[in-house]
Amino acid sequence: MCLALPAKVLAIYELTDMAIVALGGVRKEVSLALVDDVQVDDFVLIHVGYALNKVSEEEAERTLRLFAEAGLTAGEPA
Amino acid sequence: MKYIEEFRQHDLAQQLSAAIRKAVKPDRSYHLMEFCGGHTHAIFRYGVQDLMPPNVKFVHGPGCPVCVLPIGRIDNAIALVERHDVILCTYGDVLRVPASGRRSLLKVKAAGADIRMVYSVRDALRIAQENPDRQVVFFAIGFETTTPPTAVAIRQAQAEGLGNFSVFCNHVLTPAAIQNILESPEVREMGSVSIDGFFGPSHVSSIIGSRPYEFFAEEFQKPVVIAGFEPLDVMQSALMLIRQLNEGRYEVENEYTRVVTREGNTKAQSLVAEVFELRRVFEWRGLGLVPYSALRLKEAYAALDAEKRFDTPAIAASDVKGCECPSILRGVKRPVDCKLFGTVCTPENPMGSCMVSSEGACAAYWSYGRFRRPETASRESVA
Repeated sequence: MCLALPAKVLAIYELTDMAIVALGGVRKEVSLALVDDVQVDDFVLIHVGYALNKVSEEEAERTLRLFAEAGLTAGEPA
Repeated sequence: MKYIEEFRQHDLAQQLSAAIRKAVKPDRSYHLMEFCGGHTHAIFRYGVQDLMPPNVKFVHGPGCPVCVLPIGRIDNAIALVERHDVILCTYGDVLRVPASGRRSLLKVKAAGADIRMVYSVRDALRIAQENPDRQVVFFAIGFETTTPPTAVAIRQAQAEGLGNFSVFCNHVLTPAAIQNILESPEVREMGSVSIDGFFGPSHVSSIIGSRPYEFFAEEFQKPVVIAGFEPLDVMQSALMLIRQLNEGRYEVENEYTRVVTREGNTKAQSLVAEVFELRRVFEWRGLGLVPYSALRLKEAYAALDAEKRFDTPAIAASDVKGCECPSILRGVKRPVDCKLFGTVCTPENPMGSCMVSSEGACAAYWSYGRFRRPETASRESVA
């Protein structure tokens, strides 16, 4: 029930506080009532028709680097 | 899809697996509880347990809102439809949960009741707008992730004067449940459940932030790592927990920084606080009566509260005989310890809620079939 998917914002309708997002190849209308300062091209986390949060590109890259670094330490002698 | 595929990469998984094998101390074990059903499913779907050394074990927690809902609440919902002729709207997971007398909302729907599966509470609002002469009840269920959308809908219904819409609220709170598990006799005294550390929820934490877990880490001296729901997130978080345990630390760390901050989504938090208040006590399947663990509508929104609009007496109902859901939800038993598992109880014909929900531990065991080859749990071939 807590599953949520990252989706790209394609268009924002300020009057209704709604947005069109792309989930892979699927387009969906979602509410922006729970988030502030969303821009077109941002990624937001979608859950039951609402954007819950923005996804930080910077932090995503940092986490991926941490995975790779953990892998490097595995190769070092104990 | 962006932010999904990168976190499922095979080569990185192998590297993380090697790093974990190197980090663990051979003379101890690591029992890590994943609170969320989302983590349980990632572990089984991607075979994360097989990538762990034998002394790292996952203990499955109660983080599945459908699984912990007591049967009496489903009986209440059935009564709403049958006695008050309402249109009942709810999320798909709830429909197949067994109620008393071998019934379920799906069976009641098949018998002619107007029960509708919705993707969003917004769909329930629309149904109420389209059926002004019918009462429409939204069966609200879920943890802190799902509560803010319900709060938005309640405010919208109030603002629009949508008099035929109401909410049957079953929203529950994660921190109260974690505390209940840590204080349970099985963990504290009997030692029948061993928990060394916690994977913190992904999307619950996107709303409430990482701060609420700081109390547990300190009070119970157990490390918590907020983990994303993708397999690499789970593996990296396991490594972070193992490092904390090796170093004798018990802190709240955050692996899922691309979404979770310490403060969380404050806009969503204030919307929830405006609409909902704590119930003094609420029943959870498996955990029993947990104080201050659920929400109800505040007095200002009482007109939209289905429990006030209709008669919804507390119904004491018992689980199907032999169903081990309650013990499985506490991490005391595993699905394979249940006599009903895979015999009479399957996802097609579920006896207990843990087999129904796509987040339930029994459904995870059954769907990915890993229980059929128990030798893999201790397999050492991957590194």
